[in-house]
Amino acid sequence: MDLPAADSPSSALDSPAWDCRDEGARRTVDLSGDWIARRHAVPAAAIEAIGAVPGLSSLGFQTDRIGAWDSGLLVFVAQLRRDADRRGVALDETGLPPSARRLLALLPRQPPPDASVPPRRSPRLILGTWALSLWAEEKAVARILGETILRSGAAVRGQARMRGADLLTALQDAGASALGIVIVVNLLMGGILAFVGAVQLRRFGADIYVADLVGIAVVREIAALITAVVMSGRTGGAYAAQIATMLGNEEIDALRAVGIPLHDYLILPRILALVLMMPLLYLYGAAAGIFGGFLVAVAMLNLPSTTFLSHLQTAVAGSQILFGLGKSVAFGGVIAIIGCRIGLSAGRSASDVGQAATRAVVAGIVAVIALDAVCAVCANALRF
Amino acid sequence: MSSAPQTEVKIAVEGLAFGYGSTPIQHDVSFTVPAGSIFAIMGGSGCGKSTLLKALIGLLRPSAGTMRVRGEDYWAVSDARREQIGRRCGVLFQSGALWSSMSIADNVALPLRMFTTLSAPEIDRLVRLKLDLVGLTAPGEMMPSDLSGGMRKRVGLARAMALDPDILFLDEPSAGLDPIGARRLDDLILDLRDGFGSTIVMVSHELPSLFAICDSGIFLSADTNTAIAIGAPRDLRDQCADPTVHAFMNRETPKSESAPGNGGPK
Repeated sequence: MDLPAADSPSSALDSPAWDCRDEGARRTVDLSGDWIARRHAVPAAAIEAIGAVPGLSSLGFQTDRIGAWDSGLLVFVAQLRRDADRRGVALDETGLPPSARRLLALLPRQPPPDASVPPRRSPRLILGTWALSLWAEEKAVARILGETILRSGAAVRGQARMRGADLLTALQDAGASALGIVIVVNLLMGGILAFVGAVQLRRFGADIYVADLVGIAVVREIAALITAVVMSGRTGGAYAAQIATMLGNEEIDALRAVGIPLHDYLILPRILALVLMMPLLYLYGAAAGIFGGFLVAVAMLNLPSTTFLSHLQTAVAGSQILFGLGKSVAFGGVIAIIGCRIGLSAGRSASDVGQAATRAVVAGIVAVIALDAVCAVCANALRF
Repeated sequence: MSSAPQTEVKIAVEGLAFGYGSTPIQHDVSFTVPAGSIFAIMGGSGCGKSTLLKALIGLLRPSAGTMRVRGEDYWAVSDARREQIGRRCGVLFQSGALWSSMSIADNVALPLRMFTTLSAPEIDRLVRLKLDLVGLTAPGEMMPSDLSGGMRKRVGLARAMALDPDILFLDEPSAGLDPIGARRLDDLILDLRDGFGSTIVMVSHELPSLFAICDSGIFLSADTNTAIAIGAPRDLRDQCADPTVHAFMNRETPKSESAPGNGGPK
């Protein structure tokens, strides 16, 4: 068997070279040197020049002097063969090493088809496609929302086909595991708010009202919003990534094939977990935020602690806590639905999982802030 | 198919032991792979075939023993040298392991871009050649997710051959392929060995492939945690006295087991 010489990294390699010998209308290409693809490549123009002789009828090879070779030789001969076919010149491969001929036989003689170039799309088409996909997406989200409402009723009656263990894991993940970061972030936000607020209020000699500012802002807006943003990044992204990975591993297909309702098994525990845990996290977050404000007010602004507390008591009404609680429930639902929906509509590759997680986080945060804005406008209109 | 006439030894493994963490999987594994031959790593499911392959391609440090690749002690040399040796080896993973964010042409081109100084058109020509060699007529712009399992494997093989390695490691190359596809892949592996003179180490339990193309092999056992037979798969089928090997190679239920199909070969 004739094999190319072993190419050890230390061995010196010659450049590939060739001489052309013409005998009438036949040209013989005498190959020498080492034809190692990763070391030397022969320019396409040089290959084309070999066959570009007027009146040529056949091309042959002589390879007595050839050294080591690998795909470098094959690329050269394959290109020569395509050229020869194009010019109607017969290519005589008998002079090539038998093993190279065996590999050449595997190569198609026709150049590969070009990838079909997608036709240019008109702006109307793009806009229409976009609108249709948006509409389809809205329908899918509405469907999940509807199913959740219907199936939660069943879940309360104990009729949903949901594993209790899944719900508990989801509850722990969206609740206790997230508590630490929610408290830290809210504590810092409360402190920052107290500090920034006090600097402004002091100009009017009203720094006593820092308790009102921190209390109302934290309870009405900041605690719910910040907690939702944290949970969107932490849990919404995780939901999308988990479900997208399951999709890639065909786990979702397996659930569908067995006939297990996806919604009950996958989505409901996640949505329930976030909807149930978000208000609790909100309460902890609000307490932490107020405590942060209290620390800054007492330690850095020298406000008496009793003053802070008494102002807080009069400023923050129970209805405001209810307003914040209600919003946090809605935020939890939005984050969970977006995470699950984006996970389910992801592609099946590894990069799709990353994209799904990113999209879920971004969409979750945007949706939560938009919803908060709507709530603020509505509350204002209702003079609440 | 007789083995290649060379006597040069590409891979020599001596007393290799490996496992995950403190769990030993195999010990005292020794074999040699002559240049230009096709070597099979055989054994039932879960016996450590793929783990041995991991050790051979440098992903898992063995806990004992030596492994020489082209005469160099693979695990004793520096990391940089090991990387250099690894570049002369190509690996086809079980499910192709294509990089999903890249087109199939980019998958094959990446090693060439990283480790050669070839120009872009030259790389394109080499990539097309490799895809043509494995019989993939699809345009290179396709993404791995658009391909069937068999096509992914072909692209994986094209990527493994990107740098014209002199040793090819194949993890279950024909698993999951239909009989015609598996046969074509067998022929392709033979063509590549004969054409490029590559040495091929493959993990497989596809009996027809083993008998058709492998010159020699090693049989690992999950019960004894070591190799229980070494030799050409055909010889093991016809001559091996070990009941497990005999049952595996002949697709029978081991005589020692009363319940049929219990832990037997797949």
